[in-house]
Amino acid sequence: MSRLAGLTALTVLLLVGCAKPARNDLYVLMPGQDGKTGTLTVESNGQRAVLDQPYAAARVKEPGRVEAGAVTEQEARQTFGAALEAQPGRPTSFLLYFLENRDELTPDSQQLLARVVDEIARRPAPEIVVIGHTDRVGPVPYNDTLSLRRAERVRDELVKVGIAAERIRVEGRGEREPLVPTADEVAEPRNRRVEISVR
Amino acid sequence: MVRRLVVLPATVMIAVAMSGPVSAQEAGHVKVSRGAVLIERAGQKMPAPVGAVVQAGDVVTTGADGAVGITFLDNSLLSAGPNSVLAIDRFAFDSTTHQGGFESSLRKGTLAVVSGKLAKQSPDAMKVKTPAAALGVRGTEFLVRTGNPKD
Repeated sequence: MSRLAGLTALTVLLLVGCAKPARNDLYVLMPGQDGKTGTLTVESNGQRAVLDQPYAAARVKEPGRVEAGAVTEQEARQTFGAALEAQPGRPTSFLLYFLENRDELTPDSQQLLARVVDEIARRPAPEIVVIGHTDRVGPVPYNDTLSLRRAERVRDELVKVGIAAERIRVEGRGEREPLVPTADEVAEPRNRRVEISVR
Repeated sequence: MVRRLVVLPATVMIAVAMSGPVSAQEAGHVKVSRGAVLIERAGQKMPAPVGAVVQAGDVVTTGADGAVGITFLDNSLLSAGPNSVLAIDRFAFDSTTHQGGFESSLRKGTLAVVSGKLAKQSPDAMKVKTPAAALGVRGTEFLVRTGNPKD
């Protein structure tokens, strides 16, 4: 009887030993498109691996067993091809500048607007946020209104060329978020702007 | 005066209900949708074409021929390959302060991630889990495959 039990135990051990790994998890750190590579920490049941080099990888074949290593770029592209191909376009943003105390674009920025329109047109289900700013000349409440008028002016121009108004959100931040910090009442052309975020 | 007191709470309630530029639960939008892609929300399954809204609490699944790409409000990009199950467990983002939190789980399949403003603002704001591991994200791009070898 005890012999039989021993044999059974041995069989179970053999089966477990030969069993395929429970998981085939793979975690890969990619080089950032901006040239910087971040850090990814992979933790499983208290075991962890810290990935901080491009294509550094961790495999988890069962919970609590984290094996650090690396993959080639080609291996990453092969294994994750479909997910990488489905990656949405990177969000981007543009700065347009205005004439002093007006909601009228500078001539250069008027030209740049055409590029913004192209960028929006090539994106599926585009979302656009237009945030207006002013320099610090004039009272704060006045600049709140002016910044919003600038943003609305850009929205109107985008709508005029066929972009759906409901895709565009406008905000005015007044003189609160200058690109170039200045003392109050200083005229600064670089602060008279709208930022258009497209994603 | 009495009348004002009665009216005021109602006005406040409406203001609270309507506050924010978007619905409180809106987390992102589908930008790429290939093959079979479904969103499961409150027990209902619906197709997820380009433009579909993704909310916190949604589970996004792809079929054998499916792939999906989602852009979140903080500019995080998540895209999944075929036979994947991705749960958006939590999403909160303040577009002014860039604070909040983003937690998601890949239950199976493949996932590509580009972290956004949340992870940039606070190193612990973005968390991705799988059945076997928890990932900590420090402003980065990465890939995840999880599942059983027989999947």
